[in-house]
Amino acid sequence: MSGKTLYDKLWNSHLVQQRDDGSALIYIDLQLLHEVTSPQAFEGLRLAGRKPWRVSSSLATPDHNVPTTRKERIDGVDGIEDPVSKIQVTTLDDNCNEFGITEFNMKDIRQGIVHVVGPEQGATLPGMTVVCGDSHTSTHGAFGALAHGIGTSEVEHVLATQCLVQKKSRNMLVRVDGELSPWVSAKDVVLAIIGAIGTAGGTGYAIEFGGTGIQSLSMEGRMTVCNMAIEAGARVGLIAVDDTTIDYVKGRPYAPKGEHWDMAVKAWSDLVSDKDAQFDEVVVLKSEDIKPQVTWGTSPEMVIAIDEPIPRAEDQTDPVKKEGYARAWKYMGLEGKTTLAEVTLDRVFIGSCTNSRIEDLRIAADVVKGRKVASSLKQAIVVPGSGLVKAQAEKEGLHTIFEAAGLEWREPGCSMCLAMNADKLGAGEHCASTSNRNFEGRQGFGGRTHLVSPAMAAAAAIAGHFVDVNEFVKH
Amino acid sequence: MRPFTKHTGLAAPLDLANVDTDMIIPKQFLKSIKRTGFGKNLFDELRYEDEGQPDQECTGRPIREDFVLNQARYQGASVLLARQNFGCGSSREHAPWALDDYGFRSVIAPSFADIFYNNCFKNGLLPIVLAPEEIDQLFAEVTAKEGAEVIVDLDAQTVTSPSGEVFEFLVDTFRKHCLLNGLDDIGLTLQQEDSIHRFEEKRMAAAPWLFLSRGQ
Repeated sequence: MSGKTLYDKLWNSHLVQQRDDGSALIYIDLQLLHEVTSPQAFEGLRLAGRKPWRVSSSLATPDHNVPTTRKERIDGVDGIEDPVSKIQVTTLDDNCNEFGITEFNMKDIRQGIVHVVGPEQGATLPGMTVVCGDSHTSTHGAFGALAHGIGTSEVEHVLATQCLVQKKSRNMLVRVDGELSPWVSAKDVVLAIIGAIGTAGGTGYAIEFGGTGIQSLSMEGRMTVCNMAIEAGARVGLIAVDDTTIDYVKGRPYAPKGEHWDMAVKAWSDLVSDKDAQFDEVVVLKSEDIKPQVTWGTSPEMVIAIDEPIPRAEDQTDPVKKEGYARAWKYMGLEGKTTLAEVTLDRVFIGSCTNSRIEDLRIAADVVKGRKVASSLKQAIVVPGSGLVKAQAEKEGLHTIFEAAGLEWREPGCSMCLAMNADKLGAGEHCASTSNRNFEGRQGFGGRTHLVSPAMAAAAAIAGHFVDVNEFVKH
Repeated sequence: MRPFTKHTGLAAPLDLANVDTDMIIPKQFLKSIKRTGFGKNLFDELRYEDEGQPDQECTGRPIREDFVLNQARYQGASVLLARQNFGCGSSREHAPWALDDYGFRSVIAPSFADIFYNNCFKNGLLPIVLAPEEIDQLFAEVTAKEGAEVIVDLDAQTVTSPSGEVFEFLVDTFRKHCLLNGLDDIGLTLQQEDSIHRFEEKRMAAAPWLFLSRGQ
């Protein structure tokens, strides 16, 4: 019998009941909650007269819909100007109070994007099952945890039963071999992977990311990679546990302590795929082939290296692709252009659950230090992933570097990644964004998003258009 | 949940691949704390010329004439024909809520994104995967003749095209059972309460650090 993959092990260790039709009842260790996908779930509980199964398994914080300006944040939830958003955030506060769920509210320094907060607090731990009503829950797979996004009905189901009805996915290994080039980051790696397998390439699979190119990444980098597994169609992204994982977790507020810590580290050492494990699909990329990436179209798979020409619809043979490319060219306003360096940028956004951690901010600050944002830009904003990331960045003086360069320094939240609050693109505006989706209208009605790494976004903010950050820093 | 057994309805062809949940229901409408009322903003950016706002009256907004759901012949459609990777992106259940609220009972496509597919079943909306060539034929038949209806039979696991051709589809036994009977799956899971408790005790012994109180 062949060995087990990391995914197999995580699945088996959470299997409550296997059903004949292939579906199974899986136990959930941690549920993260936010204001947008939880109100209807809490309402469902109330209507059915049910209580949460185990409140200590939940952790909540508002992130999607909170404002990010100092002015609107100073009074916490009371300061939110949009009355509809205010009701939504208040509803989360009220529900957490009513059901006894721990919440980091808007006035708590620990508030932030759920996928930044969970790991930062040590709430996310290796070997766990983690769910959240947000597709980017795959982020937590960076810890060797089985983590995926769910819908609101399932949020309610987990609250009420501590379980989910699931069907096991197939196993895919994406291996990145070799050392990454300077200024090539985790974001470039995952964009290159999506470019290679497509946005539906991982549908039905749990993707384990491995190889030396992944192992050499920090936890922040690994979270960036797993975060975007969903953009390749895979609900689950995973990375094996190693010393980098354990060093990151140690000493965090909710991480196990003392005797529990020793017990946990011992258990976590098994959270790797066995040497003889069989994967249903294996994809291999060479690190040396990966250059800084930029998306040109309206799907994360529409991505190229900065030095490549924009692919044209007429060169596509597949009719669906041809039509998709033509539509994206039109939406993105690329007519007459051959490279992305020719696109004049209107805004730059550095933030989101993909790239708003301290390492991301350090890299961006390093690029803009002593430089000025292009005068052609309407706005460049930096939105830290949590109150604690913000505090750390300020301790290191990163905020003064950003502000001196002409970037705005904001309060933590999802912000312009999905543009539910006031941070958004105007119609036709091009944005260099460190977020995860470049769908039509994603960052604002008619807005044009180009996904990039923090280093590439920072360089683009200075130049006013896309440049190869590797060349840029030499001058 | 409303059961789904057999449905005959007008089919609307949405000839676009990779339709994401941001397209199905844009983010500004996610500020609502309700499950209902999203139908008027289904495909908002594809349907209307302007940017929609929550609580805005939609009659009188400038519409995109060429969009399929704006065409007179597809008014009252209850089956959506779609292309590959339908429902990709965000996990927002507001997407199936919006489709349901608009009046759709079933979506037929060559492939769906996982989370969206799952969310449909929780809302009495049946997602059906058919082979690409079968989808092509349905698109052709539905566009060729105005008022063309398809029949979706969950019990028999078949889709009957307007010309009478029958296509079979697969669906998980458990999901089918829940949908046919309109069962609340939380109630079903809670019937396994003892198994969950037993599992939890075992897990608590193996990983006690996962069960500590969080405090405020």
